[in-house]
Amino acid sequence: MSEAVRTRRAAAAKRRPKSPTAPPTSFVWTRRVLLTLLTLFTATPLYVMLSSSLKPLQDVTGAFRWIPSTLTVRPYIDIWHTVPLGRYFLNSLIVASSATGCSVAVAVFAAYAVSRYRFRGRRAFTVTVLSTQMFPGILFLLPLFLIFVNLGNLTGLALYGSRGGLILTYMTFTLPLSVWMLAGYFDSVPRDLDEAAQMDGCGPLGALLRVVVPAALPGIVAVAVYSFMTAWSEVLFASVMTNDVTRTLSIGLQGYATQNEVYWNQVMAASLVVSVPIVAGFLLLQRYLVAGLTAGAVK
Amino acid sequence: MSATTGTHRPCPYGRSAPDARAPGADPGGGGERPQPVRTRPRFAERLRRGGVPYLLLFPALVLELLIHIAPMVIGVVMSFKQLVQQYIRDWGAAPWSGLDNFRVAVDFDAPVGQALLRSFGITCAFTVLAVALNWLLGVTAAILMQDRFRGRGVLRALFLTPYALPVYTAVITWSFMLQHDNGLVNHVLHDQLGLTGSRSFWLVGGNSFVSLVVVSVWRTWPFAFLMLTAALQNIPQDVYEAAQVDGAGVWGRIRHITLPALRPVNQVLVLVLFLWTFNDFNVPYVLFGKSAPEAADLISIHIYQSSFVTWNFGSGSAMSVLLLLFLLVVTAGYLLVTGRGGRREADV
Amino acid sequence: MRRFRKTAAAALTAGLTAVLAAGCGGGTSTNSEGSNDNPKELTYWATNQGSSIQQDKKVLTPELKKFQKRTGIKVKLEVIPWSSLLDRILAATSSGQGPDVLNIGNTWSSSLQKGGGLLRWDRRTLARVGGEKRFTPSAMAATGAKGKPPAAVPLYGLTYGLYYNKKQFKDAGIGQPPRTWDELVADGKKLNKHGHTGIAVEGGNLQENAHHAFILGKQHGADFFDSSGKPTFDRPANVKAVKQYVDLLANDEIAAKGDAEYAQNQSVRDFATGKAGMLLWQAARTSLLAHGMKSGEYGVARVPFQTAHPLGGRRVNTMVGGINIAVFKNTDNHDGALKFVKFMTSVKEQKLLNNAYGGVSPVLKAQQDPPRSPDEAVQREAMAESAAPLPQVPDESQFENLVGTAVKNLFADAAAGKKVTTASVRRELSKAQQQMGK
Repeated sequence: MSEAVRTRRAAAAKRRPKSPTAPPTSFVWTRRVLLTLLTLFTATPLYVMLSSSLKPLQDVTGAFRWIPSTLTVRPYIDIWHTVPLGRYFLNSLIVASSATGCSVAVAVFAAYAVSRYRFRGRRAFTVTVLSTQMFPGILFLLPLFLIFVNLGNLTGLALYGSRGGLILTYMTFTLPLSVWMLAGYFDSVPRDLDEAAQMDGCGPLGALLRVVVPAALPGIVAVAVYSFMTAWSEVLFASVMTNDVTRTLSIGLQGYATQNEVYWNQVMAASLVVSVPIVAGFLLLQRYLVAGLTAGAVK
Repeated sequence: MSATTGTHRPCPYGRSAPDARAPGADPGGGGERPQPVRTRPRFAERLRRGGVPYLLLFPALVLELLIHIAPMVIGVVMSFKQLVQQYIRDWGAAPWSGLDNFRVAVDFDAPVGQALLRSFGITCAFTVLAVALNWLLGVTAAILMQDRFRGRGVLRALFLTPYALPVYTAVITWSFMLQHDNGLVNHVLHDQLGLTGSRSFWLVGGNSFVSLVVVSVWRTWPFAFLMLTAALQNIPQDVYEAAQVDGAGVWGRIRHITLPALRPVNQVLVLVLFLWTFNDFNVPYVLFGKSAPEAADLISIHIYQSSFVTWNFGSGSAMSVLLLLFLLVVTAGYLLVTGRGGRREADV
Repeated sequence: MRRFRKTAAAALTAGLTAVLAAGCGGGTSTNSEGSNDNPKELTYWATNQGSSIQQDKKVLTPELKKFQKRTGIKVKLEVIPWSSLLDRILAATSSGQGPDVLNIGNTWSSSLQKGGGLLRWDRRTLARVGGEKRFTPSAMAATGAKGKPPAAVPLYGLTYGLYYNKKQFKDAGIGQPPRTWDELVADGKKLNKHGHTGIAVEGGNLQENAHHAFILGKQHGADFFDSSGKPTFDRPANVKAVKQYVDLLANDEIAAKGDAEYAQNQSVRDFATGKAGMLLWQAARTSLLAHGMKSGEYGVARVPFQTAHPLGGRRVNTMVGGINIAVFKNTDNHDGALKFVKFMTSVKEQKLLNNAYGGVSPVLKAQQDPPRSPDEAVQREAMAESAAPLPQVPDESQFENLVGTAVKNLFADAAAGKKVTTASVRRELSKAQQQMGK
């Protein structure tokens, strides 16, 4: 089917009245009910977080009220002074973004190999990387720290206590699942597209970058989100591999739980503040989670 | 930016040289047939042809080996040593203890082994339940939100928010809500709706299992939702339209088109969720503190408590290795049953 | 291709083994007592003692500058939250890569001592900070296993006190704070009648549970470990002790049922808001203030004993809590580290820092000024006369977890309405003991 015909068909679809293709009423109502329930389930704790962040400390752990009796924005000011939240936020951002960028790049290539090729050791590779997901983090922690220290002694590269070491760690830790999941997404991109591109004279690399990646963009976005969120919220390695200067948010938030007092309202306020950019990012990423990138491509 | 057919621009990302397809050689499987030419071009050609997957994998492989596999191997080696407090400073000096650590862990007559077994059972139950719920909620939301409607973008962002929040905060918020005296849950269930006779305990006692499941699902189902939404985008609209013309209703379309098309991603997703949930440490740790109530004693916390907290790394490693073996068996079985690459068989 | 792959795999494995082999040995040498390679710098890991990490830095930085002026040694300060401290110490011990001087919780002394990462304070080393006799004996006892050279030196001290609501006591007709446990229970019941809960307990907090179990155990004449280090959790005296504590909620009912899940200092809040009339806590002054309770509203008394005049080993009403300061064995500024410890334990610094943190100084000479609050008076007295160190065994944290969990389970049972009897207490303690694995 040529370009022109496809465009005409799409335009016609838009002009068509809704009724023949509209879902039945039962579906619409089911959808409304289910989505409402899910919204309530998701949003209630968020509401609790928000209202707790606007209460003075005594009220947070006091008797429960739907509407707080006293509202104050003090916590939102205090959070920047109790711990160096700005610095922690920046550290987390740098570490998570770099780890994600590198991880996705490496994963795209590896996933392409796993998805499109049947090579020796493929099964062993996937089983080994999957088995890394089955080990508790603390068992990795000390050996990895030791390896970093020894590498540091050998090469002079300070990997522990620095952001670089953390980036390297996160990149590697998100790699197995990224590869595995991306391979799944690549699997659903038809091989005809690859072959079409290769007939154009592209090598396998070209096919990957010109055809498969754009077609699997939603999957890549999803994997990038997973990578980023894993690096963003990781606690165990960040606690050991960072120092005052390079500390990330996930550890930094625990600084609100001090010896004398846990500043619950500040914990909530800080968490909401640092999550706003993330959620905004999600909103922006919506347009990649959209259908139609492979529709009709092969025709 | 879809692939165009019919244009003849040279591909900017490197070409496969036509002379690489030498007669009698495999097009991409690493052939071993002897070729009567100089070694250097043969190597380069072979590399380019058969080495493509290995080249693609190389960066991932190096990183994994150094930073992921090496520590894991050390961890496994630790399980054969009596690596207790006094040897922390110099692991090489710890005495080899063979299978002793393992024996203690599987001795189900002794309290240590018994507790481990019990914890294992609870974790299995928890994981199956949580993964099922996560998947169910994820797929429901993904399918329901596939069609455009007003506010879809905002709703999607809302659903993804629990995933965006720090684990610590999310779980702490739930622990507030689940408090006996001042929690929202009891307030709603008991004071406002009158569903329970008296206020229940959600953080201690038998109900703690339910609390754990709820909190875990709240935090994790958005991930399933995200993955499945992305997967749904790859199903071409034409297939749906064709089915509709054939008279399939909405539910029929879901059953016969959507779900089968999600199979590759589902297979990975369910496995991933299973492994994560089984090994989850943060949620029970923040919810219950250092000691979980008996009904919610997950194995990750249990191993931590019975070994790592006293720096008995030998024992902790042994328990982790046993856990690893179990999960490997489950994964192998799962992969066999679900069969990776159903579609690819048809392709080739 | 096969050959290439095999050689590549072999090369990778060889390289990896080399890194691993280098990585398996922790630290450069195992028996050295540090060096003086870096005499002008010190790295100090402080713990969070104040109301925030920033505030800790604010308190410490001027003192570190003082030290620098005096000795020319620059101190690099890092304040580490409690949640990461133990992991970092572990990583430092395993790799040899760590600070020069660090704070540790004094209950960790024995296990860290066994770990071998801390400098041993033999007589000569102790002499360089003024000798053992400078410190309160009870604080000194909490620095490591008996008979072995200490692994650290006391820095800040904390002990329990009984906080009581003055107004509620007056209204209920209670003349003075209870001096024995029976009096405590009776007073609690009186408070119950007047619309308040008698006492707030932190039933879900493992450390608090373990501490009280230990203190009451001592009062009944038993220990949780015998002299050879074997656990003796289910001895009749310990069973009695734990039952007595759990009965506050279970049979005496002077603690609210909801207290069974308290693990985030809710009991302090309950006391501060007037829900409960009594509280057993360490240095609660600043927390109570943060909850809006001024020091005039509550009184502080000694934690009750079993009888009015207990003798000998039974005269214990608190464990020695607090922070010790230790030197990392692999330090590269041995002399500087000792100088720093001497500075931090000097009378002037002790007064200043303990005042800032609300604790009691374990240095005898620093306790001679009049106490600034009733809080402090009670703490000093307890530290000097009736404090005992928690079992100085390497598995101390295991003990706290297991016994604390046993008590938590008993509280949960009581809150759910199940009966708590001597037999059920013994069962829980036996279970905990068996999990010690010895």
